Amino acid sequence: MDANEPFSVVLVESVGHALQVEKWFKAAGIPCRLIPVPRHLSSDCGVCLRFGRDFQGRVQEILAGRLDYFEIARLSELD
Amino acid sequence: MSLIYLDNAATSWPKPEATLEAMIRCQRTVGGSPGRSGHRLSIEAGRIVYGAREALARLFHVRDPLRIALTKNSTEALNIALLGLLQPGDHVVTTGMEHNSVMRPLRFLASQGVELTVAACSSRGELDPRDIRKALRPNTRAVVLTHASNVTGTILPVAEVAAIAREQEVLTCVDAAQTAGVLPIDVEGMGIDLLAFTGHKSLFGPQGTGGLYIRKGLDKRITPLMRGGTGSRSEHEEQPEFMPDKYESGTPNTIGLAGLAAGIDFVLEQGPETIRAREETLTQRFLDFLEGLGSDVTIYGPRGAGNRTSVVSFNLRGIAPSEAALFFDEEFGILCRPGLHCAPAAHRTIGTFPRGTLRFSFGFFNTETDVDRAAEAVYRLLRR
Repeated sequence: MDANEPFSVVLVESVGHALQVEKWFKAAGIPCRLIPVPRHLSSDCGVCLRFGRDFQGRVQEILAGRLDYFEIARLSELD
Repeated sequence: MSLIYLDNAATSWPKPEATLEAMIRCQRTVGGSPGRSGHRLSIEAGRIVYGAREALARLFHVRDPLRIALTKNSTEALNIALLGLLQPGDHVVTTGMEHNSVMRPLRFLASQGVELTVAACSSRGELDPRDIRKALRPNTRAVVLTHASNVTGTILPVAEVAAIAREQEVLTCVDAAQTAGVLPIDVEGMGIDLLAFTGHKSLFGPQGTGGLYIRKGLDKRITPLMRGGTGSRSEHEEQPEFMPDKYESGTPNTIGLAGLAAGIDFVLEQGPETIRAREETLTQRFLDFLEGLGSDVTIYGPRGAGNRTSVVSFNLRGIAPSEAALFFDEEFGILCRPGLHCAPAAHRTIGTFPRGTLRFSFGFFNTETDVDRAAEAVYRLLRR
C-alpha cells in the first residue's frame, strides 16, 4: 500500500469484529491494516481497518448484510 | 512408581505438547491485552483470542465465531445461560442425570419462582425423549440437559430432545462438558440453541477455558452475569449489547485460550472420530474385564462402550469407593475419582446415593497397558 494513497477506514463494534473483517478482506485480496481508531472518529472499538479508498465499493459489498454494525469513514492524509 | 491417570472426565491429562508450546509462546512473545489497545502486541493477543473462537466454531459447526462467548469453564457458561434467560414464572425442564453445574443454578432459580421439572432417567442413566415432551407446559422456556453423564458416561439423545423442544418453541441448552471434542456436535444440525462447553477436558486446553455458543438473536433475551470493561464502546458507561462483548467483561485468559486453540487443532488433526474410537476401545477393554468378575462388581451405565463416553462407574462388593481409590493411588499409582462426582441427582437416578461409585475415565493418551494395570489393581483389591 502506497503511503500517499488516500485511505478510508472501517469502524466496527470490537477488535473481534475487526479481526473477522481483516480475514474477509485478505480472502478478497484487499490490502488492509489494523490501526488505532483516529481520535476524531467516533468508534466502538480501539482498532479499525485502514484500506485504500479505491477498494471502497468492494468493501461495501463484502460487509453489507454480514455485520450488524459498521461504518466507513474517510481518512485524511493528516491522519 | 509411574502414574496411571484415569481421571480424564475431571480434566484431561497429559495435554498435547502443542498446547503447552502455544501457551509458552503466547506469554513469551505476545503478552499484550487483547482488544484493549491498538499496538501490535495487543492486536496479536486479539488474534490469539479470535483464533480460539475460530477453532471452536469449526469444531461445533458455528458459522460466525463471534457467536461464542468465552468463559472460564462450562459452569460459568451454564450460569450465564440459565440465570440470564429464566425469569420467575418461567418453567424449565432438565433431567435426572445432571451435574451440579446445571442443578445448582436451577435449584437456585426454583427458589426464586422459576418452575422446575426434572425428567426421570432409567437406572442406566438413559433418557426417553418422550418424557421431555410430557414435561413441557405452555410456560416452558427451556430444556437443559447434559450431552453425556459425567457419572455413567450415558449419552443423552440431544438432537431428539431439541426437535421436540423446537416444535413447542422451547429452547434447548446443552451441557457438553463431557463430550466437546470427542462426540460430534453440530449446533445447527442438532437444533442446539445454547451450548456450554469446557476447554480442559476433551478439547485438550488448560483449565480456566470454556465458552457458551448462543444462537443468533437469542442474546437479546439473555442478561449478562457480569458487566465491566470490554475494550469496546469505552465512551459508554453501559454494557455493550452485542456478541460476544456483552458476556465477556474483564481481561480474558489469553494464555489459556492460546493453549485451547492448540488443543482443538490437535483434536481436528487427529479427528474426533479417531479419538472417540481409541477411547471406546480402552473403555470396552476395561468393561470386559469388570464383567468377568461376576457378582463382586456392580457396573453402572449402559451396556458396552458404544453408548457411553469413556467413563466407567462401578462398585466393588464390601469396599467403599474412597477406600478403593486410596488403595489404587497408594499401591498402583492409579488416579481415579470416587464419590458423588458433583452429581447427586445422577447418583440418585442410578441408585448409588449417598455412597457414590468409583469412576475410571480413560483418555486418548492412555494405553492398553494402563487398562490392564487398572484391571490388575481391581483384582488385587478384591483378593486382598
